[in-house]
Amino acid sequence: MLTPALAAAEQEKLTIYTYSSFASEWGPGPKIEASFEAFCDCDLEFIALDDGVTILNRLRLEGDSSEADILLGLDDSLMATAKKTGLLAKHNIDLMPVNVEDGWKDDTFVPFDYGYFAFIYNSETLKNPPKSMKELVEERDDLKVIYQDPRTSTPGSGLMLWMKTIYGDQAPEAWKKLAEKTVTVTKGWSESYSMFLKGEADMVLSYTTSPAYHMIAEGKQQYVAASFSEGHYRQVEVAAIVKNSKHKQLATTFMNFMLSDAFQSEIPTGNWMYPVTNVLLPNEFEQLTLPVKMLTCDSNEVDKYRKAWTREWLTSLTD
Amino acid sequence: MIIKQIKKVQIPGLLLSLGIFVFVSMAVGTLLTHSSDLDISVVWSDPYYQHITKFSLYQAFLSTLLSVLLAIPISHALSRRSFWGKSFLLKLLATTLVLPVLVAVFGLLAIYGNSGLIANLFAYFEMKLPFSIFGLNGILLAHVFFNLPFACRLFLQGLSSIPEQQHQLASHLGLKHWNKFRFVEWPYIAGQIPHTAGLIFMLCFTSFATVMALGGGPKSTTIELAIYQAIKFDFDLQAGALLALWQICLCAILAILIQKVARPALLTTNFQGIDNTFPHDTLLSKCWDLFWIAMITLLVVPPLAMVVFSGINHKLWMVFNDLGFWMAFKNSIVIAAFAGMIAVIFAFFILLASRQWRLVGLNNRADKVEMLATIILVTPGLVISTGLFLLLREFSSLSSLSLYIVIAVNALMALPFTLKSLAVPMLQNAQKYELLCNSLGIFSLHRIYWVEWKSLKRPILQAMSLSFVLSIGDLSAIALFGSHSFSTLPLYLFQLLGSYQLESAAVVSLVLLLLSVGTFMVIESLFKETQPHIKRAKHD
Repeated sequence: MLTPALAAAEQEKLTIYTYSSFASEWGPGPKIEASFEAFCDCDLEFIALDDGVTILNRLRLEGDSSEADILLGLDDSLMATAKKTGLLAKHNIDLMPVNVEDGWKDDTFVPFDYGYFAFIYNSETLKNPPKSMKELVEERDDLKVIYQDPRTSTPGSGLMLWMKTIYGDQAPEAWKKLAEKTVTVTKGWSESYSMFLKGEADMVLSYTTSPAYHMIAEGKQQYVAASFSEGHYRQVEVAAIVKNSKHKQLATTFMNFMLSDAFQSEIPTGNWMYPVTNVLLPNEFEQLTLPVKMLTCDSNEVDKYRKAWTREWLTSLTD
Repeated sequence: MIIKQIKKVQIPGLLLSLGIFVFVSMAVGTLLTHSSDLDISVVWSDPYYQHITKFSLYQAFLSTLLSVLLAIPISHALSRRSFWGKSFLLKLLATTLVLPVLVAVFGLLAIYGNSGLIANLFAYFEMKLPFSIFGLNGILLAHVFFNLPFACRLFLQGLSSIPEQQHQLASHLGLKHWNKFRFVEWPYIAGQIPHTAGLIFMLCFTSFATVMALGGGPKSTTIELAIYQAIKFDFDLQAGALLALWQICLCAILAILIQKVARPALLTTNFQGIDNTFPHDTLLSKCWDLFWIAMITLLVVPPLAMVVFSGINHKLWMVFNDLGFWMAFKNSIVIAAFAGMIAVIFAFFILLASRQWRLVGLNNRADKVEMLATIILVTPGLVISTGLFLLLREFSSLSSLSLYIVIAVNALMALPFTLKSLAVPMLQNAQKYELLCNSLGIFSLHRIYWVEWKSLKRPILQAMSLSFVLSIGDLSAIALFGSHSFSTLPLYLFQLLGSYQLESAAVVSLVLLLLSVGTFMVIESLFKETQPHIKRAKHD
């Protein structure tokens, strides 16, 4: 009777900091945990934190005494900031299987999924969605939108970078115009998405893959991502090994596992994002809006200017 | 010179008080020096920080004004009317200040929120809710909900200390409503206003959880919330510490102003107010009083009732079967119990030190000792807990330290309240027994047990329950350290509200309500048992 318990105590334990929706029972976490544990004979523990920014800040707060072996769930815009802390190790992973536009070469971060930010609308109630960001911001006074705070949420931060790539120095005026049609700015994605589903706004900031959830999980076809002619900002979600990890070997095994089919095939219907390798996608993904152009921003630049851009957004809203 | 005047019994308290001050300064200092490019001018030249400073002051001013102005007619009406359920209403008024903020916010949302009772009523008539609870509206509503009952209680205390003779005199002189109010009652209210307003202003100025839950965007942010955002989201510890210093400065200026304006209020705690008799009752004044009593009832009762009603729903068993809920429950109880005990023990030793000086008339010195220990009142809990962790992180990991840090910070945050509630009974005890103890040679532990504990049991238990209740509702100390594997009931509730699981949130709100208000009421009623003794003593 005692043997299994003893065996469990001797198992190596891998601690991964991630965001709560990844680790939650309806996210991909539990399935991934089970399949990795079966494969490595180890104990995998997800520590669920609010979001990508919180994961990084928890590591910065803990410094060298952190118990984390892997951070999973930062996004590409945070990479330079995260590297600067000096708390992350370089990986030794073969990035060959990774298939993202423009390729992937980073020596610290390994991508595990990606998606494009988009405004989602209900095609039954909104018949003439805006065809570009400029149309939404400058022309459409009939629309009400909800988006997320760039300081507290990754989609919010994505919108900030999206606006910046489109508007550049004109961003403050654009923010002010957008503010006139903003119902509210929420702290997190789930609050704003539920408000949108309740009908409190015409459009909500989310991902082009969100309609897949409605199609697959609910069988609803009416939710669509508006395609903008300027292109859509891409977010790549990444993971990295912590420098002071006591289980580097196991952490490397996990990072390799991350690019395997077992992990990647959980992504489309678990995290509702695109996988980074060539695994089979559900049919419904073919109906999703594909951006006419992919927009992105160098993470060194983001690190340098994030504070200034956030401040720009804050002051435009409080003036 | 001073060293010679210090008695042995004062040493632990003085060390504690000094220790707390050093500790708080070190915590702030650690944050300040964590990153190198220190630039204080950032705070006052930055337009965003200017905006939130203005907003913090503005909302605190409006909240105070509303609470104090409304409390005048309400307490006046309550003082001269007796009606069915009055004592229950007064009890409810006493509980709003110890109510966990998020529970109250939940109750208010259930009434005034976008899908609350009023919105449903409007929807029934196919109309949209003409106001939004998010932003300044909601902040003011919640602040008035907390502080108006508190102000009413204080004013009522003032009104009930009017001697019977003054009522008789007023009626002999034929003073009617307005004149009686002006010449007899108003001075008793006016005496309470500076303190009450000052305290409410401070509470609203440093408001955290209310603004976090109801602020609704960067427009309505207080300094306290900006500190949280700087630390948690930007990991800009320095900006957090600078803002904390800025807030401490503003609070210090306010405190000095209040001290200048306010005369020391004499609280006659054992005074039993007599029923306000007035022969000149009219229909108009009846309606007037009815209006105000109805108003306070409608403000306080429905949100609390909603917490109770919506808490009993079909998710009840699901929540009670959730391991996460019980972990949070256990953490909350452990944190609140230890924090409560530590806060009372600290307050006891600090007051042992300060009352020695009060006995010989060195009130200034005693005030300073107590003030040092009260500094936490204006220092954000988050700054202390972050600083403390940075000081300790060399020695251990966050997951093993966070429980102790949260206990320590909660104990410190409860300390000003335990100090306040034990100060008078302990001083009275010393006045009664100091000389006796000296002549009988009762010292140290003997004295603590036979003299202090025997007669102070009830105030001590009361202070402990107060700090227990304050800690059980606190969100600010744990805000940075919480994860889904380490949370307390308020944090658990906050996470549920954030992910829109309103029915589960309702259950947790009800549990928190029962824990906090229940504890408070049980201790209050235990305390009530001694009242007959006092009364009997008076009649003898």
